[in-house]
Parts: sequence; structure tokens; C-alpha cells
Amino acid sequence: MSVRYAWLRALARPTAAIGALVVGGWLVVAVLSHALAPFDPLHSMVPLMTPGAHGPGGTVFWLGTDALGRDVLSRLIYGARTVVVVATAATLTAYALGIVTGLLAGYFRGHVDIALSFITNVVLSFPVLVLYIVIIVALGASAANVVLAVTFGSAPAIFRIVRAITIDLRSRDFIAAAITQGESTWRILLVEILPNASGALVVDFCLRLGYSAITMGVLGFLGLGLPPPTPDWGGMVNEGRTMAFAFPHLVLFPCLAISSLVLGLSLLADGLRQPAGRVGRG
Amino acid sequence: MGYASPPGVWDGGRRVLDTAPILSVEGLTVALPKGADRSLAVDNVSLELRRGEILCIVGESGSGKSALSGAIMGAPAPGLKVVGGSVRLQETELTGLSERAWRRIRGNRIAMIFQEPMAALNPVMPVGQQIMEVFELHATMSPAERRERALNLIRSMQLPDPERILRSYPHQLSGGQCQRVIIAMALAMNPEVLIADEPTTALDVTTQAQVLELIRELRTIQGHAILFITHDFGVVAEIADRIAVMRNGRIVEIGEARQVLTQPRHDYTRELIAAVPSLAPPSGDASVSAATGSEKKTVLAVTALAKDYGRVRAVNEITFDLERGTTLAVVGESGCGKSSLARLIVRLTEPTSGRVEVNGKCFLTLEGSERRASCRAVQMIFQDPFGSLNPLRTAGATIARAAMLAGVDRRSARALASELFDRVGLPREGLDRRPSAFSGGQKQRIGIARALAMNPDVLIADESLSALDASSQAQILDLLRKLQKELGLAILMITHDLRVAAQISHRIAVMQAGRIVEIGPAGRVINSPEHPYTRELLHSAPGRGLV
Repeated sequence: MSVRYAWLRALARPTAAIGALVVGGWLVVAVLSHALAPFDPLHSMVPLMTPGAHGPGGTVFWLGTDALGRDVLSRLIYGARTVVVVATAATLTAYALGIVTGLLAGYFRGHVDIALSFITNVVLSFPVLVLYIVIIVALGASAANVVLAVTFGSAPAIFRIVRAITIDLRSRDFIAAAITQGESTWRILLVEILPNASGALVVDFCLRLGYSAITMGVLGFLGLGLPPPTPDWGGMVNEGRTMAFAFPHLVLFPCLAISSLVLGLSLLADGLRQPAGRVGRG
Repeated sequence: MGYASPPGVWDGGRRVLDTAPILSVEGLTVALPKGADRSLAVDNVSLELRRGEILCIVGESGSGKSALSGAIMGAPAPGLKVVGGSVRLQETELTGLSERAWRRIRGNRIAMIFQEPMAALNPVMPVGQQIMEVFELHATMSPAERRERALNLIRSMQLPDPERILRSYPHQLSGGQCQRVIIAMALAMNPEVLIADEPTTALDVTTQAQVLELIRELRTIQGHAILFITHDFGVVAEIADRIAVMRNGRIVEIGEARQVLTQPRHDYTRELIAAVPSLAPPSGDASVSAATGSEKKTVLAVTALAKDYGRVRAVNEITFDLERGTTLAVVGESGCGKSSLARLIVRLTEPTSGRVEVNGKCFLTLEGSERRASCRAVQMIFQDPFGSLNPLRTAGATIARAAMLAGVDRRSARALASELFDRVGLPREGLDRRPSAFSGGQKQRIGIARALAMNPDVLIADESLSALDASSQAQILDLLRKLQKELGLAILMITHDLRVAAQISHRIAVMQAGRIVEIGPAGRVINSPEHPYTRELLHSAPGRGLV
């Protein structure tokens, strides 16, 4: 059974299909946000309208407006773009760092492994939130710094996974065969080992993308996310926090957006887990 | 209670077969799940087993022999289903028994001995306690009585220091000792029938010889009926009273051991017997004379090679030369350092001291691109066909990549790959398949093609046949011999199997505890061994009477 078919079959399963649908939906929203959003997300109109209220010129604020009079639905739609771009960028850089260090530590062991594992353990022993706050407060709130903070916070866990898989694969004879054929070390790492680790990593990537989205929400809520007025789900919750009892729609919709995206990614990861687990075991 | 003596069963060394069968299997049929390569795992099998006899079921992997034993034990492997036939244990019909009823029979009236002794024992429980557990399940005895019985069993297994063994955990015992403990557990309730599924396959030859001796005694002295499942005709020749040969789920031939071994009726039986490598080295063939001819050139010279692991010297001052077109077999039991030796030569492990010269150049001091350029000359074929190929890469790509590393350009590499596929006897349409689509023997052929793609001078085969069936073994041996003749390869054959060594090698080196204790021409080492350890190895090789 070829690998490609295994992925396709995974999507035929209800959990994976629902997950893919939700995640795919948010992706479409992110890409087409300029076409889908009824208003400019930064434009102030009538403040604190409830969901469904009519605006000027026969328009409708389907999800109401916030304290500054901006359309919540439009901000939510543009927020999807923010979260997809920043969370994906952050997860990808975290993966790049985790994969490179994990491969090196798992393949060479010895001093390299001891040094990298030590650093990892130090980072992991810190409460992650404190780490984020320290980084953002020190470097200032910006998209790039959120990416940096998330990378720093999640690379250690990825390092551990990649290192463990590499140690296992390193002992297989096909690696020994590559060595005796004079294959260069970087090619052994990237062509022989990494593809065989991809099954587990793809599953983990989906989950971690969800974690990154949550992290962005938390940072936004703490006022450490993207600087206003960028539409950002976590930031929207933070801004609406003080009026949450009088105007629950300010908090409710961004929260639903975050949880639906994370749930979608978790379901997708769960659905992919089984076929992916078979890949690489021959 | 002591064992009931079987009257009339063993008559001064001659077996008398007039007693009623203890176990009779009639028309037993086991279905495979849909989509398997055939519909029945076991197809209408009938056989009888009498007291005091060993019936060997021989077959290659996939022949249905393990499915048969599983069905007899009432525990078919997941996915298999008994769809017809009957199994009777004396007067009791076993098919269709409830799981409750089975529990009183398994371990009590029918017991099983497994292939992997270490895996069959609980690693966190002393073995004595595991034996006593059998008594707890099947009999009412006081703890002191249980202990006494367990001790007696251990003693009867000829294990040294029974008190200590009883307290030991499985990891503190050797493979052979563990297998004896398993046999002791199987015998705990003095079962009428003993089913042994490849019980010696995981053991060294000397240990195997001892365990086979023990099983023979169980039959002779205590009159157990034993169903012995194996793929090894050498073992069969050592132990069988009667033989059933299985293929594709059917019994193709069943009969008295001597008759089946000396006058097999079925072609497949003849094929299997012919595939058993003989201990007699092939005499005066062309490759030997080629080597002794004008082209006598040393391609691999190993001098005082040594490797220490901590304070243990795994490989101790090994020295030998290997000439073009010849084969040197390094024979030894597990843990003797023979695989470490192979890994040292190709520098998968760095040696503590010593020299390795390839074509007159010192290989061990090369670094970087120089090292990569000269590793072409020595290539390796690995033991485990499943682990030695990248599971995600097609066979063709694997071979082509090796050719490219040896300096062939991309297009020619592809062509070379299909040429090598022909050469090792694989169908070309397999080039684009991943390793999972091939059988073990075919995977080993891919491994050989990969090694050949580098155009090597020396081929190191590290136990490359041990994971294969006898017929695939014979084919791979033929292939290696052919390639040696065509390409003038020097082959270093690392093996635990003297028969394999005798078949292919011009010289044999016997290794024990990291040292070569004896090295010489194959015929001389086998016919007049000088070292006592070599004599012991030769004596333990199963099936000496067969060829």
C-alpha cells in the first residue's frame, strides 16, 4: 500500500474529515479575508452594537461591533489570517530548529547530545508562560517576536521527539549501509532518516499548530500579542474582557474561533495518527 | 506422582507403533482472512501422534506449520479461523471446546514450547515462581510442595545449581537455560502432548545440540508425544521419528523419518533436503583453482585488529589476509565478536588498535572525502533483510544511489540498477517497488545488488543467510558463488552455521571469545579440526547423518 493512499484513506475517517473541514474552512477564510469581510476591520463605525443590529445604509453587523465601533465579524475574519500566518510561521521555525538539533543530537550522541539535551531541559524546566512574557517584554510586542517566543518555547519538545526517532533509526542497518557506501552525513540525516521520521512529525505538527494558536491567544489576552489595532483573536478577547458581562459577544466569538481551530487541528492529528504510525515501519 | 511408564512403547531402542494415537487430527482446515495470498492457512490436514514419538512438521515460512499448531492448541492466530475438521486428544474432541474447558487442557494435557525463550518468560518474575504458577493453576498443592516439584523439574532439565536457577530472573540466564526453564514449565503437569514450535531456532549450535538431546530423552525415557515444528532439515534428521512435510497449508508427504530422509517421494521434499547445505566442502571447483592461479592478489589484509568495550576485549588481535576470488568464513557462536570484526573492517565502529589494508592502502587512517572514495572497495550485506533497506525508498532508487556514490552518473546508474536486478535474479518490474513488497530472500538480493553497485573488491556478508529459509539460503549461496566467479570478488562470510561456511568458503576461521582459535583451508578445518572448540562446533552441527 503506497503512502499517498494511506493519507487519503485517513481523510475518509470521520474524525479526520471533520478536522480537515474545520481547518480547511479557516484556511479559506484566511486566504480570502479581504473578499469575505463585510467591513474594513480597522474602521470605526457605531460602537457596541449587538449581533444582528443594523448599521448605516442597510448593512448588518452580524456579530455586532466592539467598543471602538469596529465590526467584530470582519475583525474575526482578518484575525484568521493573522493566526494562520503567525502560528504557522512560528511552528515552522520551531520545527526547523527542533529538527536540526534533534537530528544532530540523535545521530552524533556524545558531547553534542549532552550539550543540546542540557539546554533543552533548562528551557523545558521554565514555566513556558513566564518564558514568553520575558521574551516579549524584553524585545517588544510584534509579530516577529511572537514567532521567536513560540519557537523558543516549543522547539525543545520537537527536539526530544526528533532525537528519540533518530536514535532508533540510527541503529538500523540501512543507515550502516549508507555509511559504508560513503554517503555524506548531511544526506544520511536529511534523506535517509528525516523522511522515515515524517509520519510522527506530521501528526505532531498538527497538534503543535493548535498549541501555537492557543499561545497566540494567551499572549494576545495578556496584551503581549500583536500590537493594536491588528485584528488578533487573543487581543479581541482582551479588549472585550472588561465589558464581557454586558456585551458577551465581544469575548464569545473570538473564543469560539480559537477553540474551533484548535479542535479541528486536534481531530486532524488524531485521524492522521494511525496511518502515519505505519509509515516507516516497512 | 512420577511418570507412568509407557509399556511396549520403547523396546530396546526400537519403537513400536502399535499403540493407539494420543492426538489425532483429521481434515483440519484453517481459513486465512480475505485478501491473503491463499484462502486456507491449513488445508485438510490429517495426522496422528503416538506416545513416545516425535513427529516433525517441516516447512518453510508461510507453509502453515505454525497455523496448524495454533489450531491444535485451540488458539489460532488473530485473523485465522478453524473452519473444518477435528482434533482429538485421546477420547476428547478439542475443536469447539469452550475457552473454560480449554483452560483445563492447555498446560495440563497439551503444553507448548516457544521459539523465543526470553520472550516467553516474564522478565520481572523469578523463573522458579513462574514454574510454581503452573501448579497453582492446575493443581492443589502446598507452597512447599510446589517448590519441591519445581526444584525437581529444574534438576531433571540438567540445569546446574537448581536452587540458584529457581531464584534467577530470565535475564540472568542464558538462552539455552531459559529454553530449559520453558521446557520445565511445559512439563510441569506431565502433559500427554508437547508441541514445540521452532524451540532451538534462536539458540547457538552447541546449545541447540544439548536441547535436542534433552527433548529426545523426554520421548525415550518419559514417553511424551512430541509435535516438533521446524524449518531446519538438519534438526529434523537429528530428532524425528516421523516427518510431515508441509507446503501451502497441505501435508505433501508424511512417513517414517528414515524413509522420508533417504527416499523422499515428493519433489518438494527432495528440494528441501537438497537445500540443506552439506558439511562437506565442494571439492576442487574452478574458483578454488582460480584463486591459487596466477592472479593471487591480497585485497584485504587485517593485522592485529582489536576492540575494547570498557574492560572487555570484544575483538582480540585478529590477523588474516583475503585474496581476490576467494572466500574466508568466520565461524563462531553469538557473542564471539565476529560481527564486531565485520563492523570494524568497514569502520562502522572505530577499532582500539590494529590495521586494515584494502588493496595495499591503509583504510583506517583515511578521513573525509578520501575515506568516502575508498569505502567503495569493501561493501557489506547485512543480517536483517527488513532493517537493511530504507523502507520509504524503491529498490531501484536504493541501488541507483549506491552506483552514483561510486561515481556513475544519474542516467547510467538507473540502467545499472536494472542490469544488477537481472544479475541477482529479481524481476525488473520490482525496481519501482518499496522493500515491503519483497520477501526476505528478495530483500537480501536487493542488498547484494546495492553492494555490487559500488563495484566492490571485497564483500562482507554478516550472517546474511540466517534470517532466510533453507531454499532461499541455498539460492543466495549459489548467487554469491556465481558472482564470485564472474567478478572475482573476495568474500568474507560471517556466520554461526558451519554448514554454510563449508559450502561457500575456501578457508575457514573459527572464532571464540574474540580470538581466532583456528584458521585454515575449509576441507582441512572440517575434516581434521585441530582445536577442541572447532571439534565441539562440528560435533554439534545438526543433521550430520543426513548428507
